[in-house]
Amino acid sequence: MEPRSLKAAERLLFEISRPGRRGFALPALDVPPAEPPARHLRDDLEGFPELSEVDVVRHYTRLSRLNYAIDLGLYPLGSCTMKYNPKINEKTARLEGLADAHPHLPSAAAQGCLGLMHDLERALAALCGMDRFTLQPAAGAQGELVGILMARAFHVDRGKARQVVLIPDSAHGTNPASAHIAGYRVEQVPSNAAGRVDLAALRERMTGEVAVLMLTNPNTLGVFESDIEEIARIVHAKGGLLYMDGANLNAFVGIARPGDMGVDVHHLNLHKTFSTPHGGGGPGAGPVGVRKDLVPYLPVPTVEKEGERYVLRHEAPKSIGRVRSFYGNFGMMVRAWTYILALGQEGLRRNAEMAVLNANYIRHHLAGTYDLPYDAPSLHEVVFSDRRQQEAGVHTLDIAKRLMDYGFHPPTIYFPLIVKGALMIEPTESEPREELDLFIAAMRAIDEEARRDPALVRTAPHTTPVRRLDEVAAARQPVLRWTPVS
Amino acid sequence: MGDAHRYVPASDQDRREMLESIGRASIDELFVGIPAHLKIGTALGVPGPLSEVEVLAEIGARAQANRAPDPAFQFLGGGAYRHAVPALVDHLISRTEFYSSYTPYQPEISQGTLQAMFEFQTLICQLTGLEISNASMYDGASSLAEAILMVERQRPRGRVVISDRVHPEYRQVTRTYLGALGTEMVMFGHRADGTADPEAARRELAAKPASALVIQHPDFFGCLEDVETLAQVAHDAGAALVVAVAEPVALGLLKAPGSQGADVVAGEGQSFGVPVSYGGPYLGLLAARTTFLRSMPGRIVGEARDVDGRRGYVLTLSTREQHIRREKATSNICTNEGLAALTAAIFMATVGKSGLREMASQCYAKTAYARAAIGSVRGCRLPYAAPVFNEFVVELPAPAEDVVRRLHDKGILAGLPIGRYDAARSRQLLVTVTELNTRAAIDRLARELGGL
Repeated sequence: MEPRSLKAAERLLFEISRPGRRGFALPALDVPPAEPPARHLRDDLEGFPELSEVDVVRHYTRLSRLNYAIDLGLYPLGSCTMKYNPKINEKTARLEGLADAHPHLPSAAAQGCLGLMHDLERALAALCGMDRFTLQPAAGAQGELVGILMARAFHVDRGKARQVVLIPDSAHGTNPASAHIAGYRVEQVPSNAAGRVDLAALRERMTGEVAVLMLTNPNTLGVFESDIEEIARIVHAKGGLLYMDGANLNAFVGIARPGDMGVDVHHLNLHKTFSTPHGGGGPGAGPVGVRKDLVPYLPVPTVEKEGERYVLRHEAPKSIGRVRSFYGNFGMMVRAWTYILALGQEGLRRNAEMAVLNANYIRHHLAGTYDLPYDAPSLHEVVFSDRRQQEAGVHTLDIAKRLMDYGFHPPTIYFPLIVKGALMIEPTESEPREELDLFIAAMRAIDEEARRDPALVRTAPHTTPVRRLDEVAAARQPVLRWTPVS
Repeated sequence: MGDAHRYVPASDQDRREMLESIGRASIDELFVGIPAHLKIGTALGVPGPLSEVEVLAEIGARAQANRAPDPAFQFLGGGAYRHAVPALVDHLISRTEFYSSYTPYQPEISQGTLQAMFEFQTLICQLTGLEISNASMYDGASSLAEAILMVERQRPRGRVVISDRVHPEYRQVTRTYLGALGTEMVMFGHRADGTADPEAARRELAAKPASALVIQHPDFFGCLEDVETLAQVAHDAGAALVVAVAEPVALGLLKAPGSQGADVVAGEGQSFGVPVSYGGPYLGLLAARTTFLRSMPGRIVGEARDVDGRRGYVLTLSTREQHIRREKATSNICTNEGLAALTAAIFMATVGKSGLREMASQCYAKTAYARAAIGSVRGCRLPYAAPVFNEFVVELPAPAEDVVRRLHDKGILAGLPIGRYDAARSRQLLVTVTELNTRAAIDRLARELGGL
């Protein structure tokens, strides 16, 4: 057994399990015992752990210490908007009456939940300049699917579904994947030298077969598509719809509204702009806003106010249907609503301003050290490349790994795909200047190390609980579960 | 009135100094890319800013506007279940290292999440009797839809056959997902005892090739299905058997579907310590035979070695995923339900081998008791005879919605009116019993139903 140290690996649940240990008890059964017929009855939960409460608490507490987290410092993953998650959000989501509200409560007994959903929908609509929102999608990608399915229903209603969804080459991978599930063929629109949509190329590709243009704005270079109104005109002139991926809404929330730009449908991520925690990979929530013409296609049920009562409306003949059981990730809605109440329009605007200032601060102070492939003005994130460090044989991956030794989570790397060796940095509004200065100093130090001692960078990280892991071997011979040693 | 800036560390002075250091005169200069006429010039009617005290009062009032009775007197299920949850579960998931971290793209500083997900995958394999599991989907309904898409990718037939005993919302979500791709979904019926009819399934599969036979077990009405026979029927026709599990606690007592011939289990994991929270966030479970490995949607964690030979964990097989494969990916899913999956893992670890069986046994025994008690009430009828796990259908002498309303005024939530999904069944009520319903509460429910 490995000797104990603060960096020691934690054994698996199944390895610390000991026969006969228990961490759980129920009240004695107060009715006569009964068992299902033998043909249904299981022998044993083979391999399931047997642990005491102390065993479980120590196991997960130790595991938690192997994670980086936003409460430890800057988490500059571009397009992920790793902002601070206010603690009050966790408290409100756990309030008795909300956390224990069963989804099948009669609507008369769920007025609190329905009222909150109603008000959140209206606030999102006001902030985004849309007519309605659905809160049902469980994440941004599911929101994209809902948005494209609504666009499809819109076109079907007007004669035919059309065949193509246009997507800029800088888009997130979820965009083409969502369009594909919605039954469309994907065609790419190239970016121009400024990192924005190439209007001439768009005009050429925008035919009567194009159902939707999916546009991320600001795009994944952190650049606002300043031609967005012209883009909307080009798309609308051919009867298409403009979808906006709102993953980067934090860059201009409270400052401008998608609905005023000609956007017909867009999703946003409550776990980005509206501060709900990422939870190590979810849960998220991906509400979708629409303008009036698309309201009939919203997923059911919708929340409606009838007089002073809130009700769920299940009947909508043109609805695309459901994408999730019940009404969506309600607990995330409570957190987002808490955040909106705490900040108001003014606070959200302040967020956007500081998120953009912080990104520009990093850009300004690193532009002399790292290559900036597009020099268009940055909003909430800035994309560098490893072009200069490559001369020393040091690549983006190495820089990312070395940042860990300086105590930082790395930025998003190798994305967007239009930048070779991309380092995509989004600091958000949550960082104080001192934290940015430390990060800038670390990035400069790594650049110096790349020239002075490239091997040090290429073999990083050196101080983490595990070092570089062989992902290729892991994928070639996958071990995806524990099995007992025979 | 709150301080609208309380989550932003920078003071006005910091802002000025930072602007100065980058050679800008004002914040507005940073937003030159946004055309001036698009900028918001007015108040939008968004509430706030509010202080914490005010926020708590505001949302506390919402919580109080819900009127749910004491947990022992709630008999609601139908896809979301109340169970005892050890206090340590919420404590551990509230550790900021878990809940405020991102998807573990950088494994060297994400081993906590990665190892926990590897353990989660193992627990789900053990529970379902299948070989592989991913690290979660959104919920039971979308997981079922994605499971069917997965099977269709592997053996494209453009057609699936699904039991009418599958949760109506799961069927609705599946219809949405299959619709645009043109895959046909055909329903088959049930026998008099309430269970899915293998002969009806056989006929539908024989009529035209289908990639999957889809059932729910225990089914939407609580009945235990004959999984082995249905697996045989599916396999005879060259189809995969996909089993939806909405109440995974049942698998503490019931045979693992994988051991009965299921090829895929798609389920809901909410029962494992996740609050009912008005319908979410929950987590989808997805487990399958190894043959589905490369067509599986979602994140998967695998074991790896670092350069010093130490064991660690990484996200693996990512060439299936949207960020690599784009429109050719196995799914568009990116963010999953990580923290809810962690919740489920901690719950399973704590309740453990004996605890999960005991919880499931209590659900079964209390449900049998409740069913006998309500079945003997004059005017109430039990339409189905098949054994049930923790819910059952009662046919009432009056419309179920009215009965639910009347009993709610007396502090009881009697169940889910099935008429919400099928208008022809307006007198039927789905009554759910778990270990949290006491004998006294069950007796009271039976008495009240007798007094209608």
